[in-house]
Parts: sequence; structure tokens; C-alpha cells
Amino acid sequence: MVFTTSHKVLLLKVVIHLAAFLPLLNLYYLAFNDQLGADPVQEVIHFTGIGAFNLLLVTLTVSPIAKRFKQGYLLQVRRLLGLYTFSYAFMHLLNFLVFDLQLAWSLFFNEVVKRPYITIGMIAFVLLTALAITSLDRIKRKMGKSWQSLHNYSYFIAILVSVHFYWSVKSEIISPLFYMVLTVALLAFRYKKIKTLILSIFVKNIRSK
Amino acid sequence: MLIKTPSKSALKTSDITDESVYIQRRKLIKSMGFLGAGALLGSAISKTASAGFFDSKDADSGSFKTTPLKFTSDKDNLSLIKTPEQKVISHNNFYEFGAKKNQPAELSQNFKVNPWQLTISGECDNPITLDYDDLTTLFALEERIYRLRCVEAWSMVVPWIGFSLADLLKKVAPNSSAKYVLFETLHDPEQMPGQSDRRLGGGIAYPYVEGLRIDEAMNPLTLMSVGLYGKTLPPQNGAPIRLVVPWKYGFKSIKSIVSIKLVREKPQTTWNKLAANEYGFYANVNPAHDHPRWSQASERRITSGGLFARNRIETLPFNGYGEQVAHMYKNMNLSKYY
Repeated sequence: MVFTTSHKVLLLKVVIHLAAFLPLLNLYYLAFNDQLGADPVQEVIHFTGIGAFNLLLVTLTVSPIAKRFKQGYLLQVRRLLGLYTFSYAFMHLLNFLVFDLQLAWSLFFNEVVKRPYITIGMIAFVLLTALAITSLDRIKRKMGKSWQSLHNYSYFIAILVSVHFYWSVKSEIISPLFYMVLTVALLAFRYKKIKTLILSIFVKNIRSK
Repeated sequence: MLIKTPSKSALKTSDITDESVYIQRRKLIKSMGFLGAGALLGSAISKTASAGFFDSKDADSGSFKTTPLKFTSDKDNLSLIKTPEQKVISHNNFYEFGAKKNQPAELSQNFKVNPWQLTISGECDNPITLDYDDLTTLFALEERIYRLRCVEAWSMVVPWIGFSLADLLKKVAPNSSAKYVLFETLHDPEQMPGQSDRRLGGGIAYPYVEGLRIDEAMNPLTLMSVGLYGKTLPPQNGAPIRLVVPWKYGFKSIKSIVSIKLVREKPQTTWNKLAANEYGFYANVNPAHDHPRWSQASERRITSGGLFARNRIETLPFNGYGEQVAHMYKNMNLSKYY
């Protein structure tokens, strides 16, 4: 049997499923059974938050690697990684609302509006949701060129998330700073593209005036 | 495969306890959190996070020995549901031993508390130095079951053992210039890894210092604690002696104290210096005054039960101790002096 590109993609996808899904199962199993430290709520919030950020950064690493090593098939796992990023972010938000605030909706809306770091996190989540929904093939085809413009927001999301992380800590800023540097480094690979994107926004503004 | 390896190795040791299983599981979970990105990013963070996973010796390094204390029981607060001892001694903010909640319990077990010296000096007539044995023998010990409210909006109920700070201060006879009391934690970077490693120590200034106004220090609720749950304090909770000020946010209750000084001026305190807009000198528990980044109106009480424990409760002014302490602040604007 020949080991084809589609085999490689399949294998990679299986690895991604195992590496992303099993930790979640284990996490909630331990948390529900009160075996996750003294405060399982804090633990699941932090785990899914940092997990979502890790996955987002991995997703953004795919295309520079594919280009550098001329392994175009790698691009086929980006959607799966992106959907896991969204899933982790969704669980992060759900943990905050259900287990931390315990469905105190008014407190939830107050916090989202009043606390800048939560507002930023929420904006990032709304954008991620848009990317997740439009990842369906049918919608992607219908959207044509605008699909890529929408999905370019992943860079903006990464910046929002790094600020959200930095702003959420009390004093231990080294980890969030490290993540910020990683984010900037990944964006630097796309320097030309991002420059064009930013310029096009200005050009549009000038034209509309 | 990855999941089963550590629990198998854990079962090899004959003296396995629930606690070590629990610590290893935490490490496993953590290392898995970085699994997704760790391989690709090869980051320093993922390396340290997974270090515990591959390194079996640090989880087993001998645990600190606490000893039973003689004390009179607190019969007035039996209705409070206590936070389980295992949670009280494994969920700690003590940045000297690491800024993560589980780190103090893991990194402090070889901490030496004997010999110890606690010096009480400054504006007083009889400055004294207490040694280790004095801490538990000089005063009659009593149990005090107090609520502990962290500024991070979680809380516990802890059965402390100790004596009133007022009794200690009376012994040194403060003079009329003594307006404030300044407390200082041990500074020993060799024993306290957070003091030498900025990443571990969370970026706060050391030694940790805290302060009280003299009337707050003399309030009968203010406790010098030498134990909890019937035994001497473990290091992660501030052995051998710490302050407990139950109507203030937890960061006021400074741990492992080596110096108490009576002073004239309001002292500069650690968190207040770091971010004065977030952490005031008074730091009285106040549901009406939010931390700039989160609400203080309610809190999660840490008791037993997993994720579904319904433990969000209203935060009370002065953490429910208003009757005993509110009079000290009656002419103060508490949203200015937060």
C-alpha cells in the first residue's frame, strides 16, 4: 500500500482529535469528581482558556510551516484546528458563565460590559463564532472572496486574545508576555499580507469620503 | 497511553495516599494543557509545565510535619460549614513559593520553621524577640472559625488556632507614637524559590510587607495564627506564624512573619505599592466597591463538591464582621479608603 497525501492528512487529523479531545474528557471527568485541586472552577476556566490560545497559535503556525517546507497538504488540517480553537473558547466562556457565575445572567452581562478584559475576550469569541459557522463548505462557496476577508480576522483575534490574557492576571505577567511575543512572531510571518490589509482599510476610508 | 503511565508508576509506591494521586493528576492535566502547542512551539512554558509529568521525585519529596496543638475550641461558629482541610492546605496564594494556587503546597514542604525569630519592635517600651517555642507557649491558644475572603472573589471557612495580636502588642507596651503596625515576611530566597525566580514569584516585591492601623491591630478579631485544623500551620499556609484579619481581603493576612514593628506613619504595603488603584491599604471586604477588573458583590465559597457545587453567595460588608469592626471606620468614605 502506498502512503499517499490523503493518508498523511487522515493520520494528522486523528492525532489532532486525540490531542485536543482527550484532555477535555479527562479535565471534566476530574472536575466533576472534585479531583482537580481545591477550586475546579478556576482550573477548568484556565485550562480551556490557555488551551484555546494554544490551539489558535498552532492554527496560525500551519501555513508558515506549509510554505517553508513546501507541504501544501498541511493546509487541510487548518479547519479542524480552528474548530477545536472555537470549541475550547466556547467551553472557556461556558465555564465562566455556568460554573463560576452560576448562571447569574445580570452579573454576566454587567461583567462583559464593565470589564475591558472580558469585553475584549467576548469580542474575540464572537469573531471566532463567525469563523466557525462560515467554515462549512456550502457557506464558504457561497461567500466567494469575502470568505477570505472574514477569515483574515484570525490575526485580529490573536491580538485580542493576547491582550485578554495579559489583562486578566494580577501580577504574574511573564506567561502572557511570552504569548504576546509568540503572537507577534506569527503575525510577522504575514507581514506583507497584514500591511496590505491595513492599507486597504485606509484606502477604503479615503474613497468613501 | 500517555494517560495511564503516571498512575501506574504512582501505584508502585507502597505508601500511596489520596493526596499524591491528586497532585499527580493535577500535573498530568497541566502537562496535557500544553500538549497541543507544546510539541510545535517548544516553549519554555510547556517545558516547565510538563516537567512535573516526567519527573517523579518532586511529588514524593518528604512532606512537612505538623504537630497537634492544645487549644480551646470555638463553640460560637459551629454553624459555619468549614472548607475541607485538604483544600485549605492545597489552594494557597503565597507567591514566595509560586504564584499558582497549587505551587505553595508543592514547593514549600522542606521549609525550615525551627529555629525561628519573630521580633516585635519600634514605638514600644518593651521590644521582644520570640523564638519558635514561644509562638505556641507564650499565650493560651484558641480556635477561631473565620471566613476568609480572597480579593479574587473566592472564599473559605478556616478553623484557625492562635492568639489575639492585641495580647502580643500589650506585652511590648506600644507608646503614644505607635499609630500603625508593619508586618514583614521572612526573606530567604534559598528557601523561598519565588523570591529568587521572578517567573515563579509572580513579579511582586520581596520581602512581602503588610500593615494595619493600631486600632485594627488591637481589635479582638485580629488573630496571630500558629495552626489550623488542630495542628501547627503547614508552610503553604504561613508557618510558623501568620496574621489573620477576617474582615479584610486575604492579602492583608501576611504569612511567615519575622518582624512586627510599631510605626508612626502609614506603611507602604506590597500589593498597594504594585497597583494602588486595585489594592487599597485598608482592603476591607466591601461588596459595594468593585475591584476595577471584577465584581466584589458575590463570591464562590470553596467547600467540597466538584464543578456543580452551587457555591456562589453574596459577599457581606466587612465579610460579615461589621458588628465587631464597622465602628472603626464610621467617619470614613469607604469608596475612597478602599
